[in-house]
Amino acid sequence: MADNMDVKERILEVRKQVEDDLALLRDSKSVYEAKKKIMDGKTGVIGSMMREMGKIAKEQRAEFGRSVNELRDWAEKRFAELNEEFRKKELEARYESEKIDVTLPPKKIRAGSLHPVTLVTNELIDIFSSMGFEIYEGTEIEKDYYNFTALNIPADHPARDMQDTFYLSPEFLLRTQTSAGQIHVMERGKLPIKVISPGKVFRSDDDATHSPMFSQMEGLVVDKGITLGDLQGMLNRLVENVFGPGTTTRLRPSYFPFTEPSVEVDVSCFACHGKGCRLCKGTGWIEVLGAGVVNNKVLEGCGIDTELYSGIAFGVGIDRLAMLKYGYNNIKLLFESDLRVLGQVKE
Amino acid sequence: MLVPLSWLREYVDIDVTPDELEERLFSCGFEVEEKHELGRDISNVVVGLVKSCEAVEGTHLHQCMVDAGVHGTFQIMCGADNVHAGGRFPLALIGATVYGTAKDHKTIEGVVTIREGKLRGHDSFGMLCSGTELGLTEDLYEGAGYNGLLVLPEDAVPGEDVKPILGLDDWIFDVSITANRPDCQCIFGLAREVAAALGKPLRAPRLDHSEDGTEAPLQVTVEAKDLCPRYIGHYVSDVRIGPAPQWMRRRLALAGINAISNIVDITNYVLTELGQPMHAFDYPYLKDAHIIVRRAKEGEKVTTLDEKEFTLTPENLVIADAERPVALAGIMGGLNSEIQDSTTAVVYEAAAFQRDNIRKSSRALGQSSDSSAMFSKGVYEYSTVMAMERALHLTEELGAGKASKVHLDVNTGNSLEARTMTVSLKKVLGVLGITVPEEDVIRIFTNLDFAPELSGDTLTVRIPAYREDIEGYQDLSEELIRMYGYEHVVPTFLPTAQVTMGGRSDRQKALLRLRRALAAAGAHEGMHYSFFSPSDLDLLKLPEDAPERKAIPILNPINVDLSLMRTTLAPEMIRAMARNEKRGNMGGRIFEVGKVFIPKALPLTDYPDERDTLSIGVFGKEEDFFTLKGLTERVADCLLTKFRYRPAEKTFLHPNMTAEILSEGRVVGYMGKLRYEIAAELDMELPAYVAEIDLQALSDCFPRVGHYTPLPKFDVEKRDFAFVVDSEKTCEEIEDAIRASCPYITNVELFDVYEGLQVLSGKKSMAFSVVFTPTDHAFKDAELEGFVEKILEDLKVKAGAVLRG
Repeated sequence: MADNMDVKERILEVRKQVEDDLALLRDSKSVYEAKKKIMDGKTGVIGSMMREMGKIAKEQRAEFGRSVNELRDWAEKRFAELNEEFRKKELEARYESEKIDVTLPPKKIRAGSLHPVTLVTNELIDIFSSMGFEIYEGTEIEKDYYNFTALNIPADHPARDMQDTFYLSPEFLLRTQTSAGQIHVMERGKLPIKVISPGKVFRSDDDATHSPMFSQMEGLVVDKGITLGDLQGMLNRLVENVFGPGTTTRLRPSYFPFTEPSVEVDVSCFACHGKGCRLCKGTGWIEVLGAGVVNNKVLEGCGIDTELYSGIAFGVGIDRLAMLKYGYNNIKLLFESDLRVLGQVKE
Repeated sequence: MLVPLSWLREYVDIDVTPDELEERLFSCGFEVEEKHELGRDISNVVVGLVKSCEAVEGTHLHQCMVDAGVHGTFQIMCGADNVHAGGRFPLALIGATVYGTAKDHKTIEGVVTIREGKLRGHDSFGMLCSGTELGLTEDLYEGAGYNGLLVLPEDAVPGEDVKPILGLDDWIFDVSITANRPDCQCIFGLAREVAAALGKPLRAPRLDHSEDGTEAPLQVTVEAKDLCPRYIGHYVSDVRIGPAPQWMRRRLALAGINAISNIVDITNYVLTELGQPMHAFDYPYLKDAHIIVRRAKEGEKVTTLDEKEFTLTPENLVIADAERPVALAGIMGGLNSEIQDSTTAVVYEAAAFQRDNIRKSSRALGQSSDSSAMFSKGVYEYSTVMAMERALHLTEELGAGKASKVHLDVNTGNSLEARTMTVSLKKVLGVLGITVPEEDVIRIFTNLDFAPELSGDTLTVRIPAYREDIEGYQDLSEELIRMYGYEHVVPTFLPTAQVTMGGRSDRQKALLRLRRALAAAGAHEGMHYSFFSPSDLDLLKLPEDAPERKAIPILNPINVDLSLMRTTLAPEMIRAMARNEKRGNMGGRIFEVGKVFIPKALPLTDYPDERDTLSIGVFGKEEDFFTLKGLTERVADCLLTKFRYRPAEKTFLHPNMTAEILSEGRVVGYMGKLRYEIAAELDMELPAYVAEIDLQALSDCFPRVGHYTPLPKFDVEKRDFAFVVDSEKTCEEIEDAIRASCPYITNVELFDVYEGLQVLSGKKSMAFSVVFTPTDHAFKDAELEGFVEKILEDLKVKAGAVLRG
């Protein structure tokens, strides 16, 4: 470089060269590389310009310094502009290239499901847990005593005919009702009692509408001053939770050996709200559970003082609730593990 | 129970409609399952007076002009042989509905609507009807059985509806009676309830009769007093067997009972009216005129009225004469003492037998009757005395025979008088949680014939002997509220109850967490029966001494396929997968949480071990051993434990694709691929895998909820290694060796396995990623180098592994 090189000329020359280089750039990557090369402090055509200071006449040094800085600022700005320009184009191109048909089928993400009986059981447990009920599951194989005798169903009682029982030995059987659990809970001797007892029960019935195994939930409260009114109040909460607000119950007389009075409990039809439809066979009511005030004989048999304490109990068919709630038309569907059936209903 | 309204009306005036009566019965505890008008299918049939009747030549028809009063006079063509001018017959007007009959004129073939027609070219504007066409039989209406026109009474007014004349306006209620009310298993018993519910007086059936019949020797001995607390026998002379009168046959027919002969019909009538089964023995056939109520001798035989022979055991109660059984007590009479047309003297029996014994005998022998059904429901001693009186009254009324003075009543001294009960009204109402006005209390118990007296809080009632179900104040609460109305109950919410802790146990929480985890991993929860089939054990090819074969048998299974309590969940899971494939579901994941039943001894002497168990089945082309393992790992993760796996053998699983699952040193389950030959047995083509885990064995894990381990303060270091090892080496062996070599290793993960040309045969390459986590200081390079060298060294020694070049 000539010593006498005019500062202005020199700056113009470099600027021209850089402009020519920049005109060749086509993408952001080359902008980055070009910037790195041009602005390099040792070798870059702009980056190393300050090194020429020694060759500049003293009186021109100040001007040179200022001009190099201006040039540098100009170059930085150009790089930024070009970068911005290419980045934008490149992003647009990328977005364009990634265009998809959103209506294509999804990738398979398997969703499993809980069994409808589990779903309803959980719902019942949640309702009663929140009211301070303990959950006692009991055993599927039970002694005759707990399933019948202690529930005021002695050997020659006609109620035994109401339930065809599977026997495993003269003493042991498959429980026909979750009520069997009541006695175990009461025998623990801890009062008051608030317990629900969900589980499988078995009856020797196998036809279009009966399954030899099904699920029930028993509920029991033993405390001071418990009444039939409390029973209905509690059951109203139950049905409102399961079938929706506004669902009510109707009590009508029935007979269970372990309760006195005994009632059948109908719920107002949640499909037609009492107007009468196919579900409720035009009556506006659906029979869902049996209940009553615990028979004193049962309490006394468990050593509970009936002068002080009274109890209420109910038993509800969980499968029946599931069928009503989800609309299954055949109880057998619940035990076939048909994947087309499972998973149709959600928690 | 079928209840004709007309019969009910004999005892109580019913001034409400059938719908209202149904409602009243329903609200006091008697559900009407069905009710219908007897003539529900018959309409627009009126009294027709035949004015003129001319035979149509060359046919069997008559051309009649029939006067139907206000409806007009119609030309009717009629083919019946008893049509004649001046006769009154049911006339079905145009648009009427009657029953169509088959060619035999007897078999009903549905309901038909009468239209104008032409018979042999003659117009006919209606139809004269036979009894059958109106749904009547000879028992329901005198003359209705005739194969021709039904003849109406002379005083029938032309044009009037025939239904009231023929009793077709009667209603039949099918009432369901709860097991605590055997006293209502009869028309009169239900009438008592109707009277109480409607507040109407009750008319009792007449019991009066004379005792002027000829006397004869008769002896009654009750040997089995435990099975027969009361036996009443009464000798009736001058018996003349013939048909019962129409009114009795009609009532029996309406209640669904066929008429046989006067004496037999009387016993059936009393059974239906009063709920007391009765029997009549042909007197001369009772050897030594001696009735003995005893247990049958082993192997003793009896042939019942329906000519079936039974071989008996001492479990069966019989009525015998001096030599042989003459009846199966409470079930059916014997053929040897059956009433015949020639019978001239009978002994009536009214007895109470032990409910359970009759039921068991009836079941064991497979023989039943209306009588045994009634005894099984319960017959109170109270009704024996009343029934006998009633039968004797009816015998006299029908002229079927003469009651004598020979009356034997063998009993155990039980009182048939009303019992007095004194209770606190406050307690009675306390059960209900409401107050009932005193006048309603008095009214209700009066209507129930409990003769109430209320003095302050003290309520005294007299319980009639037919109400054996009333035992304490709770029963009175029920009587009160069912008559007062359950709509009066005020729902409350345990205002007196104490606050209690509730909620799921740790076990319940863990099982729910497990179910949700598996569902989240794409598995559907199924539920299978707790019992299974011996063939399920065979399906698994289990050896004879396999513990799974020690299953608890059900003594009275529905069928052999539901005869054992399951000891494993696997067979039903396998069958569920096969069933799905058969139905076109080509793959999926199923799990079940249920119990297996492991007896401590057989037959059972104690509660068996009911073990919470999990089974998982995956099948289909997208599944393999490792998708199943992914699910079992979810189980471990959710129970905050670690599973280890080692090759194992199962008779029903692939010999080289089966593992035992261990947790904390114990075997807790297994998993593997279903054997091809078993899949073939089930017509399964898709690959299927099954796992079963004993959750009970993991119960220590249930309370675990996890706890926080502080995050490392220093950066973790990661190194990858690729080893060449013998093909036989398992992943776990290498992994364990790596872990053992350095305490800072927090994770070892296999990320590649290679077998092929680039390694020697019999060898494989396994690549692991190893994470080192510093605890108290950051690792220096040299330190890490040391760890790596130690790993390489250890693996060479322990596993013969060399770093892949």
